[in-house]
Amino acid sequence: MDHFLTDDQKMIQELARKIAVEKIMPVRAELDEKDEFSWDIVNALAQSDMFSLFVPEEYGGLGKGSLDMCLVIEELSRACIGVSTTFAAAALGTYPLILYGTDEQKKKYLPEIAAGKKLVAFGLTEANAGSDAGGVQTTARLEGSEYVLNGTKQWITNGGEAAINTIIAMTDKTKGARGASAFVVEKGTPGFTFGKKEHKMGIRSSVTRELVFDNCRIPRENLISREGMGFIIAMRTLDQSRVGVGAQGVGVAQAALDEAVKFARQRIQFEKPISAIQAVQHILADMATQVEVTRAFVYAVARHIDTGAKDFTKEAAMAKVFGSDMAMRVTIDAVQVMGGSGYMKEYPAEKMMRDAKILQIYEGTNQIQRNVIGQALIKEAARHK
Amino acid sequence: MKIIVCIKQVPDTSEVRINPETNTLIREGVPSIINPYDLHAIEAALQIKDQDPASTVTALTMGPPHAEVALRDAIALGVDDAALLTDRAFAGSDTWATAYALAKAAEKIGFDMIFCGKQAIDGDTAQVGPEMAEFLNIPHIAYVKKIEKIETGKITVHRLMDDGYDVLESSLPLLMTVVKELNTPRLPSIKGKMRAKKIEIRKWTRQDIGAEDSLTGLNGSPTRVSNIFAPVIKKERKTITGTPDEMAAQILDELKALHCIQPG
Ligand SMILES: Cc1cc2nc3c(=O)[nH]c(=O)nc-3n(C[C@H](O)[C@H](O)[C@H](O)COP(=O)(O)OP(=O)(O)OC[C@H]3O[C@@H](n4cnc5c(N)ncnc54)[C@H](O)[C@@H]3O)c2cc1C
Ligand SMILES: Cc1cc2nc3c(=O)[nH]c(=O)nc-3n(C[C@H](O)[C@H](O)[C@H](O)COP(=O)(O)OP(=O)(O)OC[C@H]3O[C@@H](n4cnc5c(N)ncnc54)[C@H](O)[C@@H]3O)c2cc1C
Repeated sequence: MDHFLTDDQKMIQELARKIAVEKIMPVRAELDEKDEFSWDIVNALAQSDMFSLFVPEEYGGLGKGSLDMCLVIEELSRACIGVSTTFAAAALGTYPLILYGTDEQKKKYLPEIAAGKKLVAFGLTEANAGSDAGGVQTTARLEGSEYVLNGTKQWITNGGEAAINTIIAMTDKTKGARGASAFVVEKGTPGFTFGKKEHKMGIRSSVTRELVFDNCRIPRENLISREGMGFIIAMRTLDQSRVGVGAQGVGVAQAALDEAVKFARQRIQFEKPISAIQAVQHILADMATQVEVTRAFVYAVARHIDTGAKDFTKEAAMAKVFGSDMAMRVTIDAVQVMGGSGYMKEYPAEKMMRDAKILQIYEGTNQIQRNVIGQALIKEAARHK
Repeated sequence: MKIIVCIKQVPDTSEVRINPETNTLIREGVPSIINPYDLHAIEAALQIKDQDPASTVTALTMGPPHAEVALRDAIALGVDDAALLTDRAFAGSDTWATAYALAKAAEKIGFDMIFCGKQAIDGDTAQVGPEMAEFLNIPHIAYVKKIEKIETGKITVHRLMDDGYDVLESSLPLLMTVVKELNTPRLPSIKGKMRAKKIEIRKWTRQDIGAEDSLTGLNGSPTRVSNIFAPVIKKERKTITGTPDEMAAQILDELKALHCIQPG
């Protein structure tokens, strides 16, 4: 389908596809098997300017919008959502600076992020703060010209690899969520170490690790915006990136559909290709319809964000929920269409199914997204009364 | 460092066929690409530029106006600028006349190093690079598989040989032809592609590069193609029977008779 992409958008999409096909597909099974993060791929993305996309032009980026990001994330996800998670998490970690950073902070960090010289991580989640992000226990205490951080962040994508980490910590525990603040912590700062690397069901080429702060002292200038803004910054940041999870869903589902169709055309049972069996065709038809519908919706939400809309929390949550639930269904169906072969590691479908599951969990579980959508509906109805 | 990379636009050979009636390549409908070995030449130049950002890399090609596409693809990879030799006068050039024209253009651009791919996948001659060096009266090293170090005025490289490699040192300026073992070509960048779309590509005629008429195109090409044909592949098959020992002995005799192995 023609989605009215500009020439530049088509070029960016094509380039992302080239990276996916030439640099990611040949190694994805091995990275999955070995539970391995690949700097080679990150460097290839950097060399092609992919990390410039989301950085404003005045700080060395290309200043592209949400739709451009979705196109790239979708293409990378067709090859491996582990890799697209690495990429999207770098953007996630950068948005706090883009949205709330001072000019000095932006000048200091953004050009190196855009050039792909430094990877970024976003640290919000903790053992006692998952869905309930207000439960953050990591503290940041102001001592003279420094903040002293103590606590442990859990399950942080790009943890240990990222040179730049945006961290949510409590500056005033008595104020609850209003007592949270956002900070930049650079890798190598004394008192900042990395805990265990997680072994995961899927997206195993993406690294997920603990960030440990033990009397970690950072300059006062590393506070992003004001004290007390941490929770708002985290929510606005997640609003920005969430549509990308929908795009990941579209990418992995498209790839699973392609695998299923290819397989069905080749697999002979009952003396004909199983693609000639209507029961199989109907599964494929439903898969394809879901992928197309979701792609159109994800692009529409991205375009809505690119209009400069102020509040798109609800739409971004919808793209995330719908895209990830769809990806889970479609990847399960792909394995089903491929029968026993689909279950085997010789084919990529089982990896896609394992990988897809994360999309329903991270960046706020789908239950939490439904809460968000529900609350927005009620708020809107109350306003129009 | 001032670097020139010579590239050639070639048909994607995985798609090429020969017209059995005329015995010529069927080029219609076949996509054009940068000669794959030349991508390694571009990468070699760009890696030098990565190390020494003051370097400039110029892509050079001779070909029909459409060859501009290959130059734009080179710009998208990170090459600074490009020149296209395009003129009816260049038509019918063999490797010698091509090398002459490229050498004249290289003189006009100026250089410390010239990189070429080891050969083009359409002609497969591997002659243009070395011949160019002769016209320019500079040393050349073919089949470069590793650049060990670059110092002021000299370079140390590894040259791929059938039985290993040679380590060679040369003064600059120098022409090198490269093999695919040298590096992994990068992919284009978004900024490169945007630049490639807009950049003005220099287009030079015979006069622009000061090439002599008698040495240009067909006039300057000593090669005469008398016949082009697709080789007929003859396969002889012979079945050997007997016990494994007898069959092994027979195979040995056959191989000796064919001089595939030394008798004795
Ligand atoms: C691979 C991976 C990478 C991650 N990367 C990052 C990262 O880079 N940065 C970061 O900060 N975090 C990251 N996370 C954390 C992720 O965002 C959380 O896992 C997620 O928000 C869910 O929190 P939880 O796992 O603690 O689940 P819990 O909050 O314990 O939820 C458990 C279940 O209860 C449900 N539930 C909880 N509360 C409610 C409610 N109020 N209403 C309805 N249902 C509810 C949930 O939907 C879920 O089904 C990552 C997680 C994973 C697995
Ligand atoms: C882990 C594992 C263990 C196994 N263990 C054993 C074992 O111990 N012993 C043994 O004998 N086998 C075993 N099997 C084989 C298993 O029973 C087959 O994989 C299964 O019967 C499906 O066959 P298939 O994989 O060839 O899929 P296919 O028959 O190729 O089916 C592919 C797809 O087409 C659909 N399809 C095919 N025909 C039709 C139709 N007529 N109408 C509608 N849909 C159709 C299927 O439902 C499926 O979705 C095992 C398989 C696995 C994966």
